Amino acid sequence: MSRALDIAAPRRRGRVPAALLIPAGLGLIFLVLPLAGLVLRAPWTTLPQRLTEPGALTALRLSVQTATLATVLCLLLGVPLAWLLARVEFPGRRLVRALVTVPLVLPPVVGGVALLLVFGRRGLLGGWLDATFGVTLPFTTAGVVLAESFVAMPFLVIAVEGALRAADHRYEEAAATLGAGRWTTFTHVTLPLVAPGLAAGAVLCWARALGEFGATITFAGNYPGRTQTMPLAVYLALETDLESAIVLSLVLLAVSVGILVALRDRWMAGP
Amino acid sequence: MNGRGPRTTAAALVVVAALAAAGCGGGDDPATGGGADGRVTGTVTVFAAASLTESFTRIGRDFEAANPGSTVTLNLAGSSALANQINQGAPADVFASAAPRNMTTVTEAGNADGMPSIFARNQLVIAVPRGNPKGVTGLADLTRPGAKVALCADQVPCGAAARTALDAAGVALTPVTLEQDVKGALAKVKLGEVDAALVYRTDARAAAADVTGVEFPESARAVNGYPIVALKDAPNQAGARAFVAYVHSAPAQAVLAEAGFQAP
Repeated sequence: MSRALDIAAPRRRGRVPAALLIPAGLGLIFLVLPLAGLVLRAPWTTLPQRLTEPGALTALRLSVQTATLATVLCLLLGVPLAWLLARVEFPGRRLVRALVTVPLVLPPVVGGVALLLVFGRRGLLGGWLDATFGVTLPFTTAGVVLAESFVAMPFLVIAVEGALRAADHRYEEAAATLGAGRWTTFTHVTLPLVAPGLAAGAVLCWARALGEFGATITFAGNYPGRTQTMPLAVYLALETDLESAIVLSLVLLAVSVGILVALRDRWMAGP
Repeated sequence: MNGRGPRTTAAALVVVAALAAAGCGGGDDPATGGGADGRVTGTVTVFAAASLTESFTRIGRDFEAANPGSTVTLNLAGSSALANQINQGAPADVFASAAPRNMTTVTEAGNADGMPSIFARNQLVIAVPRGNPKGVTGLADLTRPGAKVALCADQVPCGAAARTALDAAGVALTPVTLEQDVKGALAKVKLGEVDAALVYRTDARAAAADVTGVEFPESARAVNGYPIVALKDAPNQAGARAFVAYVHSAPAQAVLAEAGFQAP
């Protein structure tokens, strides 16, 4: 499938118009310049000593762990949701699609409050969870995963749904003709077909979860080693020591860029 | 409720001093400066700590009424964020901080016009759900098994004060969360997620509809002074000095006392 697309892809045709090149360059500068600011202002001489502070490494480890768990949760729930939106006709589908994207536009702090109203001690489900299973989510690492998943899942659903819509239906139809059920078709044909889109969505989802701040601090609070992720540590460092905050931001930046680049090379054969 | 006499006297002295200072430097900026009668015109931009939201909104309106032709614009945020903004060149006239430390950041960068003065003090209370259903009477009650407590993080003023008070009381408390600011800690009480939080008396009073503030003796060991200063690069220097003086005046001090602040 992808080979056919490659052949059809437009080759270089003449010069790039300035009307596109100039805004593109400005856009790139706009995105990269603040990062350059961080790098330039970084206290390079004290960097090694600041990096090895135990608090920084604890927060980094917790961030990577929770973002990864959140991505797994988003994959488990988000891929079926994307499939439903892309492949099944049902009344109110447009409404459901709009609802899925709500966390994208909701300020994350509001998302955190909303999560508290549902999963909090006096929340719609929280009280019942506590009474029945003895499970409380606020102020726990599980709460961090939940907050990150809430904010990051739309990225995954939108990416996977887009991939599903773009994928060729005929393979699935052929599988069905050959007697495969809808589940077998999904696992053996659909999923491999949209694997690149799925990987892209998962990476976006992971990156969004890694940087999550507002919903996390509102729903899960801030406690070192348990709920204090890297963005929370950066924010609090900003209260006392700008240079520490810059160092922590650089670490987060380096880790996320490193992982994103590695994943891109391995799983997403982009040009 | 606080001793009224000494406070008023101290405030009056500061007013005299500040007016004298304003008189000396008032002619620096004729475009936005004060008139010959000491009245102030133009916009006065005040960067004030978030805990001053309610009181400075009122004080700002009163200042405008006392100085026709003037407008007070408030930028309310955490003191450290404001200090950073000022040191990065934000066009502010006055800085009112919730803690001397953030003020020091500004004075050490050479951005203050003269010495900061303390205009109010704030003290911690134990914020519990309205009516105090669990009967909390002091810090020791917060270490009961199963009690969930929110504190501010050590890096922000209310967290540092809470740490001092807890140490003074000899209470070893493990909170469930260290909030980024006092309003965050208060919100956790309002939402019922924690049983108690250590917040400023003013915050508890502003949230009286949902929250009861329990006074405790050790809070006297961790009183927070609020400094204010006119800024060196103030676009409206006369306005800046007049506003600082006004905050020390009796009417403004009455507004602050009503909000739960103590006199400086």
